[in-house]
Amino acid sequence: MSETILELKNLETRYGQIYALRGINIEVKKGEIVTLLGANGAGKSTTLKTISSLVPASEGTVKYFGEDITHSAPYSIVEKGLIHVPEGRMIFKELTVLENLELGSFTLKDNIERKKRINRVCELFPVLKERQKQMGGFLSGGEQQMLAIGRALMTEPKILMLDEPSMGLAPIIVQNIMDIIKQINSEGTTILLVEQNAKVALKLADRGYVLETGEIVMEGNADVLSTDESIVKAYLGE
Amino acid sequence: MTSWEIFLQQLFNGLLVGSFYGLVAIGYSMVYGIIKLLNFAHADIYMCGAFSGLIILGFLNPYVGNEWLGIIIALLLSMVLVGLLGVVIQRVAYRPMLKAPRLSILITALAVSMILYNTVLLMTQGQYKPFTTGLTHESFYIGALRMTETRMVLLLAALVLMFLLHMFITRTMYGKAMRAIALDRDTCQLMGVNVYMIIAITFFVGSALAAAAGIMAGVYYGTVHFFMGFLIGLKAFTAAVIGGIGIIPGAMLGGLLLGLLEAFGTQIPFIGSSWRDVFTFVFLILFLIFKPNGLLGRIESERM
Ligand SMILES: Nc1ncnc2c1ncn2[C@@H]1O[C@H](COP(=O)(O)OP(=O)(O)O)[C@@H](O)[C@H]1O
Ligand SMILES: [Mg+2]
Repeated sequence: MSETILELKNLETRYGQIYALRGINIEVKKGEIVTLLGANGAGKSTTLKTISSLVPASEGTVKYFGEDITHSAPYSIVEKGLIHVPEGRMIFKELTVLENLELGSFTLKDNIERKKRINRVCELFPVLKERQKQMGGFLSGGEQQMLAIGRALMTEPKILMLDEPSMGLAPIIVQNIMDIIKQINSEGTTILLVEQNAKVALKLADRGYVLETGEIVMEGNADVLSTDESIVKAYLGE
Repeated sequence: MTSWEIFLQQLFNGLLVGSFYGLVAIGYSMVYGIIKLLNFAHADIYMCGAFSGLIILGFLNPYVGNEWLGIIIALLLSMVLVGLLGVVIQRVAYRPMLKAPRLSILITALAVSMILYNTVLLMTQGQYKPFTTGLTHESFYIGALRMTETRMVLLLAALVLMFLLHMFITRTMYGKAMRAIALDRDTCQLMGVNVYMIIAITFFVGSALAAAAGIMAGVYYGTVHFFMGFLIGLKAFTAAVIGGIGIIPGAMLGGLLLGLLEAFGTQIPFIGSSWRDVFTFVFLILFLIFKPNGLLGRIESERM
């Protein structure tokens, strides 16, 4: 059994009076791909935002390598190697592709290392290299997703958290993105993948959790979940 | 003077005054870009810069004289000092208000402005203070253009500062982060950007440039006064709007353009220099009506 690197314990997050998370428990082990499934509004994005401290937890803890990071500043969480690719990609549309990548390595002070990492990301996503000088906003949806992932990889994260990377993309592009996630994982990065597209996510993941109105209603190995009748009904559209 | 001479003269005057506007406008624009605040106290920062320069130059005079060497050292020291003043104001007055409704922080800025100019008013009893330098005012001609060394160096210095700022925002990671925060603060946090630190740097740079402009204006006009920031503050704000508020190259462009508009506008028969300020604010109103996003601006719905 490999070590647990991310652990959410009784995590609760509120927006004013609205409970978005009602005490959830999630564990991610080193080297895994874990997926967090759920319908729109279930609290998936809130989970990632709480982990990266964009929104404060009202109860419970987030532990990273055993260290309590629940109330750490967002930038210090990034420095520790925990990276969140937000929903809707959120690339800087009015900065160039290259500037987007550079900002991904903001925490890095060494410019030579920065260049090396840019080259590595461009090897993974050749299309980004071709379009380095263009504004991010000119990229297609799939390319923007690649840029968002590439930008996150610039920190050389230990855990990569992706919020609905398949959203709004054609099936063939989705497959392409999933293959890349698989490859990033096989090179040693642990993945926490948020998806509404359960079919695609469960094919890739080792384990999964199902979130419903702020509560975990099911968890288990991906192969078990993908044959579970209620999941098949609710998320696999059969 | 022939009309060609007048043209050259006004072109130079316009660029020089416009570069002062531009240097001040940059601070408005940067701060607006990053925290969406119209920092009313910025004009007073400019005034504080002028006074700080005058005082430091007074101290330096026995050692390095009050010519260019002394002025440049006083300018650099004042930029650092007033830059830090900007950072402190940001930390004490604005940062606690960042999550409050936008009107609250706007009112805070008005209060900071009053505190600054009233402090200087008390210290100077409201008097004009001569900005004494040892510079010569001998004029010479470059072609048809009558020129003094002072004016030439001032324009050059302003352009150098703008160039350095441009390098800062386009070439350094801090500058890039500054532009990125203006676009999307949350995502910047996910890149590991310490947003509060970048906001502090923004205030430092904006305030330092305003201080430089204040000293240069002191050298140029020869006097300083506690209320000297008021009019140039409005004009720099106009310049920032013309260029597209929040957009740094826009502020420089807007400043230079406004300087030129004023210089040439006052040459129109029957308008004359007494109408210069009216001219400026007519432009502001026209821009706000017809091109509220400014020359380099993009479409955005929420404005304040
Ligand atoms: N900024 C916010 N303010 C108030 N309520 C929010 C905010 N963001 C999300 N919510 C609410 O929290 C719940 C969970 O949202 P979210 O985490 O975005 O779900 P998901 O990502 O699973 O679609 C929803 O009911 C949503 O309306
Ligand atoms: Mg979501």
